[in-house]
Amino acid sequence: MRYALLIYDDIEVRDRTPEEERRRITAAVLEVLARPPVTGWLRLQDAESATTVRREQRRALLTDGPFVDSKDFLGGFVVVDSENLDGALAVAEELQELRPWGAIEVRPVREEPLIGA
Amino acid sequence: MLEQVFRAEWGRVLASLVGWLGDIEPAEDAAQEAFAIAAERWPREGVPGNPTGWLIMTGRNRAIDRIRRDRTLAAKTEQLERELRDRPEETMDETATFPDERLELIFTCCHPALALDAQVGLTLRTLGGLSTEEIARAFLVPFETMSKRLTRAKHKIRDAGIPFAVPPDHLLPERLDAVLAVIYLIFNEGWGGGRVDLSSEAIRLGRSLIELMPDEAEVHALLALMLLGHARSAARFRGGDLILLDDQDRSLWDQRQIEEGREALVRALALHGSGPYVIQAAIADLHLQVPRDWEEIGLLYQRLERITSSPVVTMNRAIAVAELEGPQAALVLLDALELDDYRYYHSTRADLLRRLGRDDDARAAYTRALELTHLGPEQRFLESRLADLS
Repeated sequence: MRYALLIYDDIEVRDRTPEEERRRITAAVLEVLARPPVTGWLRLQDAESATTVRREQRRALLTDGPFVDSKDFLGGFVVVDSENLDGALAVAEELQELRPWGAIEVRPVREEPLIGA
Repeated sequence: MLEQVFRAEWGRVLASLVGWLGDIEPAEDAAQEAFAIAAERWPREGVPGNPTGWLIMTGRNRAIDRIRRDRTLAAKTEQLERELRDRPEETMDETATFPDERLELIFTCCHPALALDAQVGLTLRTLGGLSTEEIARAFLVPFETMSKRLTRAKHKIRDAGIPFAVPPDHLLPERLDAVLAVIYLIFNEGWGGGRVDLSSEAIRLGRSLIELMPDEAEVHALLALMLLGHARSAARFRGGDLILLDDQDRSLWDQRQIEEGREALVRALALHGSGPYVIQAAIADLHLQVPRDWEEIGLLYQRLERITSSPVVTMNRAIAVAELEGPQAALVLLDALELDDYRYYHSTRADLLRRLGRDDDARAAYTRALELTHLGPEQRFLESRLADLS
C-alpha cells in the first residue's frame, strides 16, 4: 500500500531553532528520505506564499494566504510504500523524532480509479 | 450447551475468517451465517467432530457465496475462487485443522492507531463474541453510537491497512501493553459499576491471552490481578450497597479464584516479571491478607510510581501512607496531585478530611466525587457518607 505522510510545521518553533541545529536536522531527515520505503517527497514553500482559489457566485475568487489559517501549516509530503500501516508509521515516527516541532499525519492513498476514468 | 460452544468458538472462527478474507466486516457476516446454520443443524444432526473446523469451512463457503453475489469485490472473488477450484474436495473435510489466529486479531483490534473506546468495543465484539447491543448497554451508550463506532473502526482497519499480525519483536512490548490495557479497562468498567459481566468477560479474554502467549509474565500478572479483585465481587455489595474491604464478609470471597489468581502471580514471578501488572497483582494479594502489610503495600506502590509516573498510583500510595503515618501526611501527598476529574481522588480525599475532623472540607469533597459518579452502589455509598457528616 502507499501512504502519504503530511508533514505539518509549526513555523514559530521552527524559526526559533538555531540555524546550525536546523541544518543538522535537515541532514538527518534526508537520510531517512533516501531509504527504500520512501518513494517520493516534496517540500512546500511557507504558507505565506500560498494563494487560495474558491468559487463564489460562479466565479473563481482568489485570496491571499492558505485555506486553513493556523500556526501549523502543511510543509510537505512524503510518499511511503509499505505492506501495512506499521511500516508507514515507522517512517513517520523516525522523522518526527528528528524534528522538535510540528506533527505528521499519516493517510493511506486511495488507489481505486475514479469512477468513469 | 450450544450457546457455550458458540461463545467458546466465536473468536477462533472469526479470527480465522478475518485472516482468510483480510477484512473484518465480511468475516463477521460469514461467521454469523455459519453459526446460524450450526444452530439449525447441530441439534438435529449432532455436533460435528471438529466443530471449529466445521464452522470455519462453512463460514468460508458462505463468504464466497456472498462475494459472488456482490460483484464489486471482483478481484478478491477471482482470487478466492481460484483457491476454491484448486482444492474442491476440501469443502467439508472433518479433519481439516486451522491455526489459531486470535492473537493476530487481538493485536489488530488493539492497534494504537484506533481510538481507545473503539479498541475496547472491537475486542469485546470480535474476541469476546458480545453483540453490539450488549456492548452498547455495558458502556451506557445508545446502540447507534456503538454501532457507528465499531463500523468506523472496522473500515479504518481495512482502509488504513492496519496489520493482521503479531507485531515484530521491536514493537511487541509496546503493543502488548496496549492489549493488556484494553482488557484491564474492560475489567474495571465492570468493577466500578458493579457490572460483573464485563469483569468476567475481561477474565475470559485474559485466560485466552495466556493460552496464546504463555511466556509473557505480564499476561499472567494481569489475570492474577483481575482474579484477586474479582474473587471479592460477591462480598462487595450487600443489598445493592457498596461494602468496603475491611467490612466485607470473607466467607463470601471466592477461594478458587483467589487460588487461581495466586498461581498466576507465582507464574508471573517465575517468568521474572517485574512490570506494572506484576506489582499491582502483588498489591492485590497483600490486600487479601489479615492484617494488611501497609508498609509492603506502600513500597510496592512506590515501585509502581517509578515505572508509571501516574498520579493515580501516587494517590493509592497515599492510602498506604495514611495507614502508616496518619491522614495528614497522606493529604499532603494528595493535594499535590492534579486529578480533579477522577472520582476516587475526591472520595479518597474526603475520607482523609473526615478522619481529620475537617467536616466542611470533607463534605465538599464527597459532593465533588458524587458529581463524577454514575448511578449505582458507589453513588449510594458516597451519599451515605455525606449524610453521616451532616
